[in-house]
Amino acid sequence: MAAPKKKIKKTSAAPAPQIMKQGALAPWLYLLPALVVMSFFIVYPMINTIGLSFENRDGTASAATTCIEGQSCWGIFENYHYALTAEFNTGSPLAFWNSFWSSSYGNTIKWIVVMVFGTVAVGLGFAVFADRVKYEALAKAIIFMPMAISFVGAGVIWKFVYDYGTQQSQIGLLNAIITSFGGKPIAWLSTIPINTFMIILVGIWIWSGFCMTILAAALKSVPDEILEAARVDGATEWTVFWKIMVPIILPTITVVVTTMVINVLKLFDLVYVMTGGNFQTDVIANRMYTEMYKNFNVGRGTAVAVVLVLAIIPFIYLNIKRFMEQEATR
Amino acid sequence: MNKAKINKLLNRVPIHVIVILTLIIWIVPTVGLLVTSLRPPEAVRSTGWWTVFASQDASAPYTQSCAECHGADGAALPQANLTDPDLIAKYPRSLQLLAMLRKDINGQPHMGAKPLPSAQEAADIAAYLTQGNQTESRFTMNNYIDALVGYRGDNNYRADCAAGTQPPDLKCNLSDILNPRGMGRAFVNSLLVTIPATFIPILFAALAGYAFAWLDFKGRFLLFAILVGLQVVPLQMTLVPISRFYAQTGLNGTFLGVWLFHTGFGMPYAIYLMRNFLGTLPRDLFESAYLDGASHWTAFRQLAIPLAMPAIASLGIFQFLWVWNDLLVALVFLGGTTPVMTYQISNMVTSLGSGWQVLTAAAFLSMLLPMIVFFSLQRYFVRGMLAGAVKG
Repeated sequence: MAAPKKKIKKTSAAPAPQIMKQGALAPWLYLLPALVVMSFFIVYPMINTIGLSFENRDGTASAATTCIEGQSCWGIFENYHYALTAEFNTGSPLAFWNSFWSSSYGNTIKWIVVMVFGTVAVGLGFAVFADRVKYEALAKAIIFMPMAISFVGAGVIWKFVYDYGTQQSQIGLLNAIITSFGGKPIAWLSTIPINTFMIILVGIWIWSGFCMTILAAALKSVPDEILEAARVDGATEWTVFWKIMVPIILPTITVVVTTMVINVLKLFDLVYVMTGGNFQTDVIANRMYTEMYKNFNVGRGTAVAVVLVLAIIPFIYLNIKRFMEQEATR
Repeated sequence: MNKAKINKLLNRVPIHVIVILTLIIWIVPTVGLLVTSLRPPEAVRSTGWWTVFASQDASAPYTQSCAECHGADGAALPQANLTDPDLIAKYPRSLQLLAMLRKDINGQPHMGAKPLPSAQEAADIAAYLTQGNQTESRFTMNNYIDALVGYRGDNNYRADCAAGTQPPDLKCNLSDILNPRGMGRAFVNSLLVTIPATFIPILFAALAGYAFAWLDFKGRFLLFAILVGLQVVPLQMTLVPISRFYAQTGLNGTFLGVWLFHTGFGMPYAIYLMRNFLGTLPRDLFESAYLDGASHWTAFRQLAIPLAMPAIASLGIFQFLWVWNDLLVALVFLGGTTPVMTYQISNMVTSLGSGWQVLTAAAFLSMLLPMIVFFSLQRYFVRGMLAGAVKG
């Protein structure tokens, strides 16, 4: 208790001056509505969810009662047993690897790696290039536009681009391009190794604008003198970018990356609309929905949700830490 | 000097190429959606949307491949009279010409010694012949009407109503716009969900943000740090207990339930934004107000709120887009009883009850309002994003 209190004195930006003193009650009146809805809709359900994850399919008895005799059982952790192992085939190391890589966990890892890298790369690249053209504002608005569209709308847009026709004339743009070069059309969303990546591309299309906007703002704050000095000294644009710009905006890149990882972990709509998690495209967030609202299994659904939150906890920590640092420098 | 100028221009060409290429990739899928939503169903099924920009020239492949035997407009086709509207209506898909052209006629190859047109050319010719018969129907608003009233037949709403063969859930009068299966009703529902779910959080967040910025109380910093952590809690973590609670109290499927849920979940980010903005307002302003005898309540209403308008605008846009575009909350708490636009579209996608033309029209309808909001208030949106962090 003592440590945070000390911090208040040191870091709290604007301690109210004496003249603004008010009764002890007044601040809580201002906070009341917000605290009530947050406690009821975030804090209490979180605790409740953890409790439910140790119970059976309708939350009436302990999860241990759902164990099947003769099979391995984790007792009260049976829902976690299911959440963490049901998708895996432990027959052989190779089978395990294959089943892991096509499970909701493997797919979530693919999502995180490809989408975070893709959005940051496109966002940063476009921010650098758009900075040098006269139509910068328009160009940025276009890249940013998908942020205004719902995931559902984006899902429809791209499902149409990926459309696979059995007839000779392809109405999906991508297959039409392929066939016009003499290639064979591909069923993008049901062909197994590539379909997950095709959905990730849609995610990149949506979120690149977000990364671009934040990174562009950071790039604008890089002092021109430094860049000019380097150029005068004969540095190529490539060197200027990697050796000067990137190191200076590295803190912002870190923020964007963590934000994107959180967004990707929570992403549900795109997979739901484009494949429904079929054809081995499931991700953790969609699996939680399936367990809870299609299989109506409260215990398993909440267990998957808790696994998701455990994956996010490091980022909650990072978020708070970053906030503390910001406050210290205000 | 002139040479240097040209050199400089040339150096910039790759940049323009990269930027413009990226822009094309970004915008073409949406253009495809818009164009498709305006095309008649047969055309959507048989040819790609990009052919609308080229189909006038399809007369060239026709002339090249077919006109010699079948006449300049296809009227002289010996067996299949492609100008016969009944025939077209009956066999829309056999206008995929290539299969027909591969067939033998009277024991001879259909095209004789001539090379067969490519798949794309054949499709162009087919489109050309079909359009030759329905001159003004390259674009149509019927898809939008069908989407709005939730029409799911084989023809279209207007034609069915004219013939009196509409599906039983449609009455062919103005009340159809509120058909629960249609986008018209969903649009109203989306508005009814979104407007209060945008205003309530702003109000609560302004109050709390003021307290965090200008009032002194125990645990101020700790509470705010918790709030920052709560920003990234995933929605999935809280759905189950809330839906169980709603089921018990009858809040399931009600607007009130969704408003409250969105308010609760929007709160951490909204307070964060409001507090950070209010905290940057000049301190003298508040001090002199208090010296003049203003209470906190007066300072809040007459000083903080008017000055915080830019932040409120950012927040409003964020929350509006977030709620309008949300699928998960609508799916869980409203479902089919009070369908919003995202729900209706996701339902159309998974049930495949209607063709691409209606689906694209519905998707475009749902994007219309966010697009208007986005392009007219982009400044505030960007500002809010730069000030804030993550949400939801």
